[in-house]
Amino acid sequence: MDIFLIHVLNSLLYASVLFLIAGGLSLIYGVMRIVNLAHGNLYAFGAYTTAWAVGRAIGDAPSARPLVYALLPVGALAAAGLGAVLEPLLLRPLYRRAEEYQLLITFGLLLILEDLMRLIWGPYPLSVSALYEGLGSLTVGESVYPTYNLLVIVVGGVAAAGLWAFVYRTQFGVVLRATSQNMRMASALGVNVNRVYVQAFTLGCFMAGLGGAIVVPQQGAVLGMGVDALILAFVVVVIGGLGSLEGALIGALMVGIVREFGITFFPEVELAVLYLMAAVVLLIRPAGLLGRA
Amino acid sequence: MSIGGAPSRRAASAAVLGVVLLAVAPLVLPADQTILLSYGLVFAIAALGFNLLLGYTGLLSFGHSAYFGVGAYAVAFIVKYLKIESMELFVVGGVLASAVVAALFGFLCVRYTRIFFGILTMALSQVLWSLAFKFFWVTGGSDGLRVPTPRLLSGLVTLASGPAEDKMTFLAHRYYYYVLAVFALAVALMWVIVHSPFGKALQAIRDNETRAEFVGVQVRHYRWVAFVISGVYTGLAGALWVPLNGLTTPDIMHWTFSGKIVFFTVLGGFQTFFGPVVGAVIYNYLETYAVGHTVYWQMVLGVVLVVLVLALPAGIVGTANRMVLRWRRAAA
Repeated sequence: MDIFLIHVLNSLLYASVLFLIAGGLSLIYGVMRIVNLAHGNLYAFGAYTTAWAVGRAIGDAPSARPLVYALLPVGALAAAGLGAVLEPLLLRPLYRRAEEYQLLITFGLLLILEDLMRLIWGPYPLSVSALYEGLGSLTVGESVYPTYNLLVIVVGGVAAAGLWAFVYRTQFGVVLRATSQNMRMASALGVNVNRVYVQAFTLGCFMAGLGGAIVVPQQGAVLGMGVDALILAFVVVVIGGLGSLEGALIGALMVGIVREFGITFFPEVELAVLYLMAAVVLLIRPAGLLGRA
Repeated sequence: MSIGGAPSRRAASAAVLGVVLLAVAPLVLPADQTILLSYGLVFAIAALGFNLLLGYTGLLSFGHSAYFGVGAYAVAFIVKYLKIESMELFVVGGVLASAVVAALFGFLCVRYTRIFFGILTMALSQVLWSLAFKFFWVTGGSDGLRVPTPRLLSGLVTLASGPAEDKMTFLAHRYYYYVLAVFALAVALMWVIVHSPFGKALQAIRDNETRAEFVGVQVRHYRWVAFVISGVYTGLAGALWVPLNGLTTPDIMHWTFSGKIVFFTVLGGFQTFFGPVVGAVIYNYLETYAVGHTVYWQMVLGVVLVVLVLALPAGIVGTANRMVLRWRRAAA
């Protein structure tokens, strides 16, 4: 029973991080109809920035002071700032062009960001495990479970709730949804579409960066983490439906559960099962479980 | 915008000139340069196949690494399990294996277009990548599988040039001409395909799916056939690539390799017949030199891609064609 509970917690842990990445990807697609191949790299950028900032703050001190945890969101803010620069600079000139070009420019961006991180932070992994160890662990039945993981789950849950409130309960959310449903009509009614686009893109990048920031004390930041995360985020949004936030939540939970149990019971085909899940959903419901066609 | 719309005679003479230049290249170039050119030609075959989908049928696949990888791994399995070292059997094996996989994946993928097509092709290719990566007792995992120097044409040519030949010389001469011959055949065949009624039907589907359907084109079936041909070309490229590289690893199955195939096709210009060929060869030089000069080669390629998309969306050949056209008009 304890083992089962730990599996469930781990599933939720995966799901939280995945939701943050995939939710941002889906939000950007929903509003702007762009599949951002560089999205995983923004997640990695968030992870690196947080690792760097926390590393500087801790210095050589053996244990982390509580205040250092306040530095976690730095990565999210950095990713959001990067997004706010990238959208007007690279994506805005392309909205009128074929979607092949939009995919390609984000692929180019992926290559650039990958090496930008190598340039800034070097080829070696960054780790801030002091934060992870600093919270100690809890006893679950007869097993121990790291407290930090629970913090990640809570952050994922709060982010999901906050995003829901933001999109469905604020003035900005109304404008965002209106633009997503009919960009021309929204524009005709006086919505500044360019501004909505840059805001949506920034928000999506903020979420990806937040995902990276909260995962880095547990896993560290390595080159290539973005590309791997992107593919899992794709699986999530394909299952849930491109452009649907509820779908991203359900997709993230499904992928989190299948991954956790897959690693335990059928490790060889764990990844293959995930991609097959995405392929099967696409075949049965091309728009995803909760997507609009 | 007319694909292959240039007068056939001029294109044919350009193609003959190109093949002649490629044929004399090993006589003037040092061995390593010739080998580099072989890589370029191999990628050009893959790009040619890829462009049947992107340029002619209007489908952007982000999963062509799958067929390249299947072609390459088919060869590696033939070596590992059947202990065969004949290049002709490698090619047959690579083509058959990629045809089977492309037929299956294509059957699933051609129900969709646009972004869903791209994502589905990508998801399916990632299934193969993860299998190649995880089933290490079959595929060697991330270490990959080695492939020795093959025998060409059942050893007929070996006797002519003597047995004592190192791998470098082999790759830079006999293997180069082998690749060049296959490449020339592949280009000629693709030319015939895109100018056949079948090729015209694909272009009709690309330009207006509904109209094509109305005039009686079986859209989904045509797309599927195009998908299989495209996969076979890419698989053939994979089979030719393995002996050149000597090793196949899961990297060539990863979706980022699919991204490279898209990259070189757009670099050359996907709205022209020869664009992908030119793009593949140039991309190969670009990547090799970028890797040789800086650890930040991905950034170099990324910047090239971004500039290309923003400033030269027609690609190298497309832009050159336009410039020639404008120059002619000015002269007339």
